[in-house]
Amino acid sequence: MYTLKQQWFGNVRADILAGIVVGLALIPEALAFAFIVGVDPRVALYASFTIAVITSFVGGRPGLISAATGAMALVLVSLMANHGLQYVLAATILTGIIQLILGGLGVANLMRFIPNSVMLGFVNALGIMIFITQMPYLLGSTSMTYVFAIITLILVYAIPRFFTAIPAPLVAIVVMTSIALISGVKLLTIGDLGTMPNSLPAFFLPDIPLNFETLKIIFPYSVALSIVGLLESLLTSQVLDDMTDTSSNKNKEARGQGIANFVTGFFGGMAGCALIGQSIINIKSGGRGRLSTLTAGVFLLFLIIVLGDIVIKIPMPVLVGVMIMVSITTFNWGSFKFLKQAPKSESLVMLITVAIILYTHNLAIGVVSGVIVSALFFVAKISRVTVTNGLDGYKVEGPLFFASTTKFIQSFDNVTENEVVINFENSQLWDESAVGAIVKVKQKLEQKSVKVQIEGLNSSSEQLYKRLT
Amino acid sequence: MKIAVAIDGSENALRAAKHAITLAQYLPEAHLEVIYVADYDKARDERLLSQSPESLTLKREQKVQPILELAKGVGVKAKVTMLKGNPSQEIIKYVNSEEIDQLVIGSRGLNTLQEMVLGSVSHKVMKHVNCPITIVK
Repeated sequence: MYTLKQQWFGNVRADILAGIVVGLALIPEALAFAFIVGVDPRVALYASFTIAVITSFVGGRPGLISAATGAMALVLVSLMANHGLQYVLAATILTGIIQLILGGLGVANLMRFIPNSVMLGFVNALGIMIFITQMPYLLGSTSMTYVFAIITLILVYAIPRFFTAIPAPLVAIVVMTSIALISGVKLLTIGDLGTMPNSLPAFFLPDIPLNFETLKIIFPYSVALSIVGLLESLLTSQVLDDMTDTSSNKNKEARGQGIANFVTGFFGGMAGCALIGQSIINIKSGGRGRLSTLTAGVFLLFLIIVLGDIVIKIPMPVLVGVMIMVSITTFNWGSFKFLKQAPKSESLVMLITVAIILYTHNLAIGVVSGVIVSALFFVAKISRVTVTNGLDGYKVEGPLFFASTTKFIQSFDNVTENEVVINFENSQLWDESAVGAIVKVKQKLEQKSVKVQIEGLNSSSEQLYKRLT
Repeated sequence: MKIAVAIDGSENALRAAKHAITLAQYLPEAHLEVIYVADYDKARDERLLSQSPESLTLKREQKVQPILELAKGVGVKAKVTMLKGNPSQEIIKYVNSEEIDQLVIGSRGLNTLQEMVLGSVSHKVMKHVNCPITIVK
């Protein structure tokens, strides 16, 4: 890991240029995420500014881009619909507190327990959900809406073939907005959803009653936001670690996400986390250090203030087109091959995660269920114990622990010899149940006056056995 | 003499590697450089499709291993270079800066559909490297 000075000033020129590209790339999605939650565009734009700036100082992974994200937006949809913006802000602040505590407790070490099948399920369900959220704006609307959405979609895929300096979604938005303005087509615009900010974000307390009732409303959302935000942030950190061949402090990143959300809530922004797409754009554009993230945030604020009046003229169908692209890139298309090639249990975990998320509309519940199911599958997989009766006695293969003892005991039901040697060379005793099982087998056999001899325990198994008997 | 082969784990790349090994076998004092570029654009999906960062390392290792064994089998000295970034750019940069004498590359790699849209790596590399290049079908 580099020194703080290197993290800030080791790559100044490239960091500033990359930061500007990322700042441009943040706008289309921030607008669209605001539109998913149903909040004023400024709630997402301010959030993207404060989160990017704060994480550039306190995050654990230099070069990581955090801002308003689709995953967090999806969690907030129902809170916004049922209780309104003030509760969204309060939930954001509480999310920050939870993430800060979890980071302090070393939550990143738990990342190991989230298998990639669950992460695949997460991104796939996320892609599908983003796609579904766009459908109401298309289905049953005017044919012009379709035309604008489809042309935008074509543009975002075609532009990078010829021109890569400015992010394609932004170019598409500029082109399509110009066409809409010049041709005078009647389309729903961002201005119809809310006003645009042309001022700096200001500090204020969310206008909510500070009581248990409020906590009851926001707490489940904050827990879900914390889980979703940390999962995506830590996943993105790992991807950047790999891309740059450097390591990063994941618990510091978790705490950084917490601080950023905590502060963002007080400045009227919605909860956010790391953005995989924008972080990769940053690295590809040459960004490596903290300065790139800071530049992205500051440049975004500059754009918000300068472009405020233009942004409200962007037609909604254009954002729908951009969001459909986001959903296509979020979905992992290698998953179909994964389903065919991976072990059945892993495929099933992926499908279960997707199904639960789509059924509950809750990314966090899906992830937690996926982790539980995969843990159960893992226990089932390693709890296979076989006992074979050979010339030199009974050989035990496989680990002996609470989930595998039944089979072990049953293997000695039909012993006919007068003397039995049980060999544990290829086994390991893990817990009380294992020792208990051996004791039980011994008792059972000795009742039938069979002599029992235990052999081949490795040293840790031997210690456990001696300690408990 | 430095002969380099750029591979991506595809069938095509394996054929290119076999050809490069044959060349190295018959050229005096030739040794082989196997170049593998981990594509930035695939970084997210590669991580998602591997169990852990360690298994990702293993998967990349498995892509070059068969080629090293082939080279070893016929007594060709081989060295592996793992790069990260945009495949065509990284290959061009490496080949030009390391003064490679001959580059061998497969005509198309793993992702045919993407290459139809974005243009193939071998095509870009061919235009910008300073040494003779053999494109293997």
